[in-house]
Amino acid sequence: MRIRARLMIPLVAASLLASACTSGGSTPSPAASQPQGGQGAVADPGQLPRNETLYTTGTQWGPPVNFNPIREWDSAVGTKGLVYETLFHYDTVNAQLKPWLAAGGSWTDDTTYEIKLRPGITWSDGQPFTAEDVKFSYELGKMETIPYHDLWNWLESIEAVDDQTVRFSFSQANYQQWDFNLYSRSIVPQHVWKDRSEKEVLDGVNENPVGTGAYKILRKGQDRVVLQRRDDWWGKTVLNMEPKPRYIVDIATPSNEVAMGMLLQRQLDLSNNFLPGVANLVQGNFGLTTYYNEPPYMLSANTAWLVPNTTRKPMDDAAFRKALAHSINVKQIVESVYGNLVRAASPTGLLPQWEKFVDQDVVSSAGFTFDTAKAKQLLADAGYRDRDGDGLVENKDGSKIDLTLIVPSGWTDWMESARSISASAKDAGISITPEFPDFNALVEQRTEGDFDLLINNERQLSNSPYTYYEYMFQMPVLEQQNTVNFARYENERAWDLVRDLDQVKTDDVAGMQEIISQLQRIHLDDLPVIPLWYNGLWAQHSTSVWKNWPSSQGSAPKTGAVMWRNWFELGGFETLTQLQPAGS
Amino acid sequence: MRRYFRRKLLVYGLTFFVAVTVNWMIPRFMPGDPVASMVARANVAQPQAVAAMRAYYNDLFGFDEPLVQQYLNFWGALLRGDFGLSIWLFPTPVGTVIADAVPYTLALVVPSVLLSWVVGNWFGAYAARRRALDNTVLPVGYILTATPYMWLAVLLAWGLGVVAGVFPVAGGYSFSLQPTWSWAFLLDLLHHWALPFLSLFLVALGGWAIGMRNMIIYELESDYANYLSALGAPSRLIRRYAFRNAVLPQITGLALQLGTIVAGALVTEIVFAYPGLGSLILAAIQNSDFFLLQGTFLFIVLGVLIANFIIDVVYVVVDPRTRAGMAGAQA
Repeated sequence: MRIRARLMIPLVAASLLASACTSGGSTPSPAASQPQGGQGAVADPGQLPRNETLYTTGTQWGPPVNFNPIREWDSAVGTKGLVYETLFHYDTVNAQLKPWLAAGGSWTDDTTYEIKLRPGITWSDGQPFTAEDVKFSYELGKMETIPYHDLWNWLESIEAVDDQTVRFSFSQANYQQWDFNLYSRSIVPQHVWKDRSEKEVLDGVNENPVGTGAYKILRKGQDRVVLQRRDDWWGKTVLNMEPKPRYIVDIATPSNEVAMGMLLQRQLDLSNNFLPGVANLVQGNFGLTTYYNEPPYMLSANTAWLVPNTTRKPMDDAAFRKALAHSINVKQIVESVYGNLVRAASPTGLLPQWEKFVDQDVVSSAGFTFDTAKAKQLLADAGYRDRDGDGLVENKDGSKIDLTLIVPSGWTDWMESARSISASAKDAGISITPEFPDFNALVEQRTEGDFDLLINNERQLSNSPYTYYEYMFQMPVLEQQNTVNFARYENERAWDLVRDLDQVKTDDVAGMQEIISQLQRIHLDDLPVIPLWYNGLWAQHSTSVWKNWPSSQGSAPKTGAVMWRNWFELGGFETLTQLQPAGS
Repeated sequence: MRRYFRRKLLVYGLTFFVAVTVNWMIPRFMPGDPVASMVARANVAQPQAVAAMRAYYNDLFGFDEPLVQQYLNFWGALLRGDFGLSIWLFPTPVGTVIADAVPYTLALVVPSVLLSWVVGNWFGAYAARRRALDNTVLPVGYILTATPYMWLAVLLAWGLGVVAGVFPVAGGYSFSLQPTWSWAFLLDLLHHWALPFLSLFLVALGGWAIGMRNMIIYELESDYANYLSALGAPSRLIRRYAFRNAVLPQITGLALQLGTIVAGALVTEIVFAYPGLGSLILAAIQNSDFFLLQGTFLFIVLGVLIANFIIDVVYVVVDPRTRAGMAGAQA
C-alpha cells in the first residue's frame, strides 16, 4: 500500500500527461525517425561514408522548403548550381563568362544574340537537353510574377533555330544585364514543366527535381538537405571535371556558435557563417583555413553602404553627406568590430574584383577619407554650425539635427558598427543615434522611406559594376523602394549614364571605364550612398577530411568556397571539383 | 462530479476561444509586413515585378481583405483543420511544418519534465529526513535552480560535446544517417537526444527537490503530524501522510511548468541545434509568419489546456478533499 501510494501518483500523472500531449497535436505525429519527404525511397547506403561526404552550413536557416530553381532566393541549397544549371558560369578571377550548358554565345548583330549549346547533354530522367528547353526557360519570364519578368521589356523573341542553337532578338540590347542573365537563370526541362501554371512555376515545391546538374537531391530533413553525385553527369566527359564529394550534406544550423562547435569537432567541412574571432582559429593549430591566412582572411562578396535618406533634411544636402562620409572611422570598425575580417571599402565602393574600373584620378580629387577636422570644416563651410554650444551642429535654419541609424536587431557586427559610426560622427559634431528594430520592421521602414540612415549590403559581386550603379541611381523613385536606391536619390544624368553603361558591350572595357569614370565622379561629388567596408565571402574550411581548399597561396584554387545561393555559378561549383580527400 | 467537470470544460472552452483570438491578433499588430519581407527576400530589382508579386501574395494570404473578414476566414479555416501556408517556409502548409517538428519537442520535453518531477520529489522527500543528504542535496539543488539555463546548456554542449567529444553538438540524428527503423539509427537518435534532455532535466531537478524538501519538513512539523506522533504512530506512517500532503502543491507546480516547457525548449533547441517547435516559433516571429505563429501557439494553447485538465482530474484522484468539496457543492 505504501509503495503503491507513492508510486501511483507520478505514474498516473505520467501516463495521463503522455497521452495528453500526444493528443494535443492536431495532426497525428509521425515517429521522429520516419524519413521525411519523398526522397527516402532512393536506394542508398544508410550511413554516408565520411571520406566521401562534404558537410556544409551557412546558407539555410530553416527546414528546406522547395526545390524550385525559379525561387533563386529560398530554394534548398544546391537547387540552382548543383541540380539545375545555367547557360554560363562567371569566372570572377578572370572576369569573363565561362560557357557551361552553352558551348558559346555571340552577338551576331547589335540586337541578336546566338547561343550554341553543347551536344550530348541529358536531363537526369534521360531526356535530351535541347534549344527548346532554353527557349522555354527564358519564356517563363513572360509571366508577371516571375523575378526576371523585366527581361521581356527589352527582349523581343526567342527562336530555337535547331536543337543546338538558340537565337535571342532584342528590342534594345542591354549587354551588361544580358550577361548577368546568362549566368543567373536556371534552365528547366520543358517536358516536365510545360503544363505548369503561373502559380506552380512561382510557388511550386518541385519535388523530385529533374535537372542537368552534377547532383541530385537524395533526401531532406528538418535541418538538412542531402545531395548525391550523378555519375552520369555530362560535364564529366565534356568539361573533364568532376565534383569530388559523392555526397553533400548541407545543414541548417540555428546559430553561428553551433557552426563553430561543429567545425571544431570536425563534423563540418565548410562553414559560410560569419564567425567573429575566426582569425585566432586560423592562426592557431585547429585545422581551419580561410582564403588568406592573414587579414582580411576572406574574399570580398559585397559592399556595406551607409544609406542616407536624401528626401529628408539635412541628408538632402550633398555637402552634409560628404561631411558625414569624412566623419566615419571605418578603420576602427574594421579593426575592433570585425577583428580585420573585412577590409575598408574604396571611396567608390567598387569591390576589389572591379579594381580596373576605379578611376584613380577621380578618387584622388573627389574621394574622401576619415578626417574629423575635414568633416568639421565641411560642415562649417556648408552652414551647419553649433549654435547652442552642445558640441553638435544644427541645421541651417537652427533646428536640431538628431539622426537615427537603423540596423537589424541581432546583427551584432552591424550593431557594433552603428555604435562606432555614431561615436565618430559625434566627434565631428553630428548627432546620430543607433537603433535596432526587428528585421521586418526595418524592411518596412526602408521600403517606405521612413528612416534617416541605414546600413545595407544587398548587392553582391557580379559580372559588372553596372549592378552597383543600378543600385545607386535607379529611377524613377517610387512610393516604395524595394531593392534599389533606398536613398531615393534622383539624378537624371546619372541614371542616363547607367543606362548608357548597359548599352556598352561587356568586352569593351575601355568604353565601360569611360562611363563608369563619369558615374564615379557623380557618386563621389554627391555621395547618394557612402561605402563603408567590403563584407567577406565568409568561408572557413576544415582540412581534416578534404584538402586543396581555395587559398591565395601557391597553386590552390582561386575560386570562392561557397554554398550560398547564386554563388555556385561564380566559382562555388568549380571549387567542389578541385577538392581532394585529405587522406590521399 | 458532473457539474464540476461541466464547469471546468466551460472555462476551458472560453479560455481556448480567447487565447486563439489573442493569438490571431498579436502577429497582426506586430510591426512589419510579412509580404514585404517575403518579396524583399526575393531581391527583385524591377518595381513592376515587385508590385506584381506583392499583389499576388497579398491575395494568396488574404491580407487584402478587411480585418473582420480575415478573422472570420481564420475561424472557418481552423474548424476545417486548415492552418494555412507558412510564409517563412513558403509554400509548406503549417500543419506539415508543425507535424515534422512536434515529435522532437515532445520526446525531449515530456520525459525531462516528468522525470525531473519524479526524481526531484523523491530526492527532496528523502533529503528531508537524512541530515547528511540534506546538507549535500540542498546546496546542489540551489545551485542547479539558480543556474541560468542558457549558461548550463552552453556549458554542457561545450564540455561534453566539443571538449570531451562524448556527445554530438547538433542535429536530431547524425548528418550521415538515413532515418530507418534500425538499432543503429535508434541509438544514434538517443545519442543526440541525451544532452538536450540532460540539460532540461538537471535545471528542473533542483527546483522540485528543494520544493519537496521544504514541504515535507513543513508537513512533519504540522499539528496533525505532532498529534499522530503523540499517539505513538510509527514515523513511517506519519511520513506517508506528510508526503501525500506535500505532493499536492508539487502537482500544481507541474501543471504550471507544462505551460512554460515549450519556451524552455526554445533555448535548448537553439543551443543544441536540435529540431523542434521552439526554433520554429522564434523564426516565425522573426519573419512575421502569422500562420506559423498561429499554428504553433494554437498547439501550445491546446497542450496547456489539456495538461491542466488532466491535472484537474488527477487532483480528484489524489486529493480526497476535492471530492468532498464537490459533494459539498452539490448538497
